[in-house]
Amino acid sequence: MAPVVSVTGLVKTYASGFVALNDVSLNIEEGEILALLGPNGAGKTTLISTICGITTPSAGRVSVGGHDTIRDYRAARKLIGLVPQEINLEPFEKVLNTVRFSRGLFGKPRDDAHLERVLRQLSLWDKKDAKVIELSGGMKRRVLIAKALSHEPRVLFLDEPTAGVDVELRKDLWETVRRLKAEGVTIILTTHYIEEAEAIADRIAVISKGDILLVEEKAALMRRLGRKQMVIELQAPIDAVPEALAHHALETGPDADTLIYTYDTQRERTGITRLLNEIQAAGLQLRDVQTRQSSLEEIFVGLVQEEERG
Amino acid sequence: MNLEAVRAIYLFEMSRTFRTIWQSIVSPVISTSLYFVVFGAAIGSRIDQVEGVSYGAFIVPGLIMLSVLVQSVTNASFGIYFPKFIGTIYELLSAPASFLEITAGYVLAAATKSLMIGVIILLTAFFFVDLRIEHPLWMVSFLVLTCLSFSLFGFIIGIWAQNFEQLQLVPLLVVTPLVFLGGSFYSISMLPPVWQTITLFNPVVYLVSGFRWSFFGMSDVGLGWSLLAILAFTAICLATIWWIFRTGYRIRS
Ligand SMILES: Nc1ncnc2c1ncn2[C@@H]1O[C@H](COP(=O)(O)OP(=O)(O)OP(=O)(O)O)[C@@H](O)[C@H]1O
Ligand SMILES: [Mg+2]
Repeated sequence: MAPVVSVTGLVKTYASGFVALNDVSLNIEEGEILALLGPNGAGKTTLISTICGITTPSAGRVSVGGHDTIRDYRAARKLIGLVPQEINLEPFEKVLNTVRFSRGLFGKPRDDAHLERVLRQLSLWDKKDAKVIELSGGMKRRVLIAKALSHEPRVLFLDEPTAGVDVELRKDLWETVRRLKAEGVTIILTTHYIEEAEAIADRIAVISKGDILLVEEKAALMRRLGRKQMVIELQAPIDAVPEALAHHALETGPDADTLIYTYDTQRERTGITRLLNEIQAAGLQLRDVQTRQSSLEEIFVGLVQEEERG
Repeated sequence: MNLEAVRAIYLFEMSRTFRTIWQSIVSPVISTSLYFVVFGAAIGSRIDQVEGVSYGAFIVPGLIMLSVLVQSVTNASFGIYFPKFIGTIYELLSAPASFLEITAGYVLAAATKSLMIGVIILLTAFFFVDLRIEHPLWMVSFLVLTCLSFSLFGFIIGIWAQNFEQLQLVPLLVVTPLVFLGGSFYSISMLPPVWQTITLFNPVVYLVSGFRWSFFGMSDVGLGWSLLAILAFTAICLATIWWIFRTGYRIRS
């Protein structure tokens, strides 16, 4: 099946001369959830803005639902809903009017029943007559989402939807995303947090400095990147890893009294129980044990280095 | 055509107008009344007639034009500047709407508001002076055309402006002087010959003249010239807006 969003050779050079997108190509399949991961300034927003028509591409092509976003912009943009990163809302207008405006702007006839459904799903219905300025930050973000859903898009872009959002709303948000997916909506979301991508995405694209470093099925990526480390602090320093523990792929830490065990969270057996038992059997006394997930930062560094090595 | 988009923008803008309806209406009514007091009563008592029309009545078309021009430029420029300022312009830029549709929504809303104000001033004028309108249809046409063309002009200013100072600069430094020097409060024939010629380069002269003709049947320049001037001005504004949307000038990076 043809991809619903197809980006080919996209370059964006801002007026300042800064190259924010450097020959980006990306296909997004109908009905999938794609997480776009990348550090600040990677070009995530620029990529989304260029697809949605907010910035003009310097080179390359984008098509949505088979429609070129420049030549056939009407047909392409009709399919797109965008939740921007910044909370940009008309402050003095009522919530319902703001959402109704979006629907009309996208050429859909007035349908208050649909708007009610959207507002209810986002727990905004009782705020429908409130002015935007009277809402909390999290509610405003939900209004942005309601605006994007008001015109029933087939492709939804969520640019950091969880920034400044509490746990409860985050849960609701993921529920909404899953429901939309079930309805066949394609969803592209950006985030800084790999846990979020892990929780919701089908595929993950990593972007850094205007380049897409990889696009991969989540499961495969997690196998590759989802490593955890257990840092074991001992009561007394040791010179080397004891013979009895040699088969565990242990490293000594920066201090002589720590052992570091790297394991794969995706494996059925992480080997932790056995390791801890054997440490005890080897007569070592534990002071503390902590685990940490390899951070996105480390993954990026790893990816970029890999990329550079070729 | 995405007429729904035009309608949505228009209604959204009109809802802003109605939120602030009192300040939208009260201030022009008060300032117009002041003009009547100062120009009509104080000065009018010395110049009793201009070409057979009482001075108080003579200035009515000019007064309406003054308010309508300033209001059109201010409303339309603010209408599009505000989304730029608060960032909601992203939605316009990503909408399946052409430059014509977006412009139409904003310009029609701004023009509606200034038309309302023009009508209110006209009604206020009836309280102060004896007015006759010889060509009511022409009067309405001139009023509507002026509202539309100067709202277009204001729309351009709103896109061009990068801060609030620039936004106020044009109405203050360009529009108001042109209107005052455009024969709002006098007949051009009252000026020395050199100034009569210079004045003919002021586009507002043609508007005021045509508009005044629709009231009293007398004009400084021919009716045809007035119409031509306003249509040419509209065409220039439309072409500029088309260029703005094509190049993304100051709205799309
Ligand atoms: N209008 C602009 N003019 C010049 N440079 C810009 C402009 N907008 C963005 N940039 C630059 O382009 C780069 C990519 O920005 P972008 O907003 O796409 O990053 P991002 O991945 O969304 O970052 P974040 O995670 O912080 O949202 C940044 O270096 C930014 O400074
Ligand atoms: Mg961003």
